[in-house]
Amino acid sequence: METKSGVKVEAQGEREILMTREFNAPRDLVFECHTKPELIKRWLLGPDGWIMDVCDVDLRVGGKYRYVWKKIADGTMMGMGGTYKVVSRPESIHCTEIFDEAWYAGEALVQSSFTEKNERTTLKVTILYNSKETRDMVLKSPMESGVAASYNRLEDLLISSKAKG
Amino acid sequence: MSSSDRLDATFAALADPTRRAILARLAKGDATVMDLAKPFSMSQPAISKHLKVLEQAGLISRGLDAQKRPRRIEAKPLGEASEWLENYRKFWEGRYQQLDALLDELKVSKQIKTKRGKRPRS
Repeated sequence: METKSGVKVEAQGEREILMTREFNAPRDLVFECHTKPELIKRWLLGPDGWIMDVCDVDLRVGGKYRYVWKKIADGTMMGMGGTYKVVSRPESIHCTEIFDEAWYAGEALVQSSFTEKNERTTLKVTILYNSKETRDMVLKSPMESGVAASYNRLEDLLISSKAKG
Repeated sequence: MSSSDRLDATFAALADPTRRAILARLAKGDATVMDLAKPFSMSQPAISKHLKVLEQAGLISRGLDAQKRPRRIEAKPLGEASEWLENYRKFWEGRYQQLDALLDELKVSKQIKTKRGKRPRS
């Protein structure tokens, strides 16, 4: 079962991932945290031991963003960026996403929507990969290695899907 | 099927809420088509169509009882898909917990600012 504040991740169709998360804050703030470099740098971090080295945001349609993370221990860099397609403050942002190290070919379209109710904000993020091949590459990426057997969690996933569906 | 084709089939099958509900039911134990059709306001042929998709994706199989043909959940392909989704979820949950902390901090500093703003000058 998912926790009250946990992020929910679901597959949608063959090429989409839907992520939902609730925050105990008004959406203006949640939106700012996604678009102001000094705030993004405070939370959009990699695994432990990584810092965000570069965070450039040109928040307008056609504007670009660029994030670069650095591993403190050995200086390894990882960068990504994209172009804003829709900027509608404070309810939605659509942008492309492409990583420097082309561990997947092509870009993904990321659509984030912010809705507020009772001073709480629900963030919905849809990641649409441009092809099945791209999505497969992402699926195989070493985002986090060494996962314990997830079969136990399978039932939780299914039950939570059921509760929703 | 290649592992890539298998993932496609798995994700396509999981995209439908009825099929996810069927899998949730089968996770608790084998069931016949009749049993599976009960909780849904759906005809048996409609359920059978969903079962066919699940079967082709390798997510379920048919049990040995030829008469009842109970369906059974197959864990492996679902495991691959759910493992990835779980990785992804964990990764983002870590980041979002940091965002929670930041939002709390920002809310507090905004409250302080508002209070200051409202305070009459003396």
